[in-house]
Amino acid sequence: MSGAMDKKIRAVIVDDEELARQMLREFLSAHQEIEIAAECANGFEAVKAVTELKPDLIFLDIQMPKLDGFEVLELIGTDRAVVFVTAYDEYAIRAFDIHAVDYLLKPFGAERFETALQRARQRLGGKLPPPTELSSSARPASQPLERIVVRDGTRVFIIPIAKLDYAEAQDDYVALVSEGKKHLKQQTISSLEGILDPSRFLRIHRSYIVNLEKVTKVEPYSKDNYMVVLSNGTQLPVSRSGYARLRDFLDQTRAK
Amino acid sequence: MHPLLTRPRQLGLYLLAWFPLAGILVFLLTGPAGLKWGEATALIVAPCLAYAFVCLAAWYPCRATPLEKSGFIKLLLTHLTAAVLLSTLWVRLIEELAIGFMRWPRFAGLEQRLERFIPLLWVTGILLYVLSVTFHYVLLAEQASREAQERALQARVLARDAELKALRAQVNPHFLFNCLHSVSALTSSDAGKAREMCILLADFLRTTLRLGGKETITLEEELALVRGYLAIEKVRFGARLHMEEEVQKQTMETLIPPLLLQPLVENAIRHGIANLPEGGVIRLSVQEKARVVSIVVENSFDPESPAPLKTGLGLDNIRQRLDTRYGPEASISVKAEGNRFQVSLRLPAQQNGVVA
Repeated sequence: MSGAMDKKIRAVIVDDEELARQMLREFLSAHQEIEIAAECANGFEAVKAVTELKPDLIFLDIQMPKLDGFEVLELIGTDRAVVFVTAYDEYAIRAFDIHAVDYLLKPFGAERFETALQRARQRLGGKLPPPTELSSSARPASQPLERIVVRDGTRVFIIPIAKLDYAEAQDDYVALVSEGKKHLKQQTISSLEGILDPSRFLRIHRSYIVNLEKVTKVEPYSKDNYMVVLSNGTQLPVSRSGYARLRDFLDQTRAK
Repeated sequence: MHPLLTRPRQLGLYLLAWFPLAGILVFLLTGPAGLKWGEATALIVAPCLAYAFVCLAAWYPCRATPLEKSGFIKLLLTHLTAAVLLSTLWVRLIEELAIGFMRWPRFAGLEQRLERFIPLLWVTGILLYVLSVTFHYVLLAEQASREAQERALQARVLARDAELKALRAQVNPHFLFNCLHSVSALTSSDAGKAREMCILLADFLRTTLRLGGKETITLEEELALVRGYLAIEKVRFGARLHMEEEVQKQTMETLIPPLLLQPLVENAIRHGIANLPEGGVIRLSVQEKARVVSIVVENSFDPESPAPLKTGLGLDNIRQRLDTRYGPEASISVKAEGNRFQVSLRLPAQQNGVVA
């Protein structure tokens, strides 16, 4: 055994089916060098476990309660080895886009599992690829974003798109404001703009994206400057180009 | 519109076939006591080409009096009338042409010389028309057989399509993959249970194939299938899956299209129970009131989970099947309230092929 092997690899198993977890446990039991740090039955548990335990390797199901596998990764980052385990083959391309180590299709045998483990070891021995910004690259363009997931420590918040009032840029973060609460998410406002439905959200300012359904009026507040007022009374500044976009949008809706 | 007129190549061939006919006619008109070659050619070729087009008109009476459906007398009357009429007109045209030609000195006396050939021309006109009628009946027969072939092909494609769709709707491949994964996991931990699962799965597949081929089955058969399906999912989901049934006994013999409820229960699991960490309840109730059977499948679901993209398709399929079978007498409605999701079907209570 080489020196590198002395340090155990810490793994987390995430699958909502007990039998599926049991199978991974069984296959892993043959490997002394791998320690199962936690088993999780849903996305929330997974985010919590990974944030607290910082494992090296994650076996991750995709279809799960609360958060799907991709949302889990969006919240915990992709800077660790991930092996997807799923019965669905249609996510494979998305999985490799975000540098997944492997993609195990259920049902799989011990041999196939060993190959995945081999790849994981290579990945852990070498350098991990740079983390990808998941929320923008991993989502298929055809599927509109329906909700945004945000993590605060080990807590996870799900913001349905319809309940997002507006988003404000704050350095490397965006503040997502929904139902009077502010959630910080590490994402640029431009990448957020790219994934939001352009018929429902509009960039009204360098630092602001607003939910058009929440806008009640547009008011001038000084010469050449405008602001929007939301249904809950919030006032947001509108830049000159933002005002042009807003007017275009209003013209289009009126034309319909 | 006559089919030949839309196909220039075939029209050309058809007109070409008239040249030998015109040639024969010219030959008949010439001879010792007859016309000169030049006269006959000038007189015959143009009216022959005109007659070629006139004969195409046989298409319409031919189509109006199909060979296999019309009586002999009607056929004879129709075509003979047309033949006499057209031939008379044609001969008249030739005569007029001859009179016209006589303005030139070299055609002097043409009409008188033509006179003894008039009966010959008239009979030829009739024969040519009858020939055209024959030709059109052949054309129609060929067209009919091609159309029949196309229809048969289309019917086969449609049938195959329906069959494939039904098969696809019957068994969701991911359900199979997940099942096999569970069996694979059980083989080392609980071999007896693995075997039990194999048998449950085989029973389910066999029943699906058997029932799927029928036009209608009893509600009892469908419920047995649903229970078999749930027994399998119970192995996967364990304590997360609860099932409640409330079925009125007299509805058991109701005839329904096969695999009407199983997809609903499958949806309830995929989009309901599977998204809940603690699981939930699926409640199935069947009741009959005033000759209408109402079936309700209700399940817990997570209102925060993203809206399923594919449910719509499954429900559309059921709606379509209900519509084909019952028309406006059946309906399907969907509602979500809080964390309960509900699909209700209403259909007429039919038993043993007797419309109640």
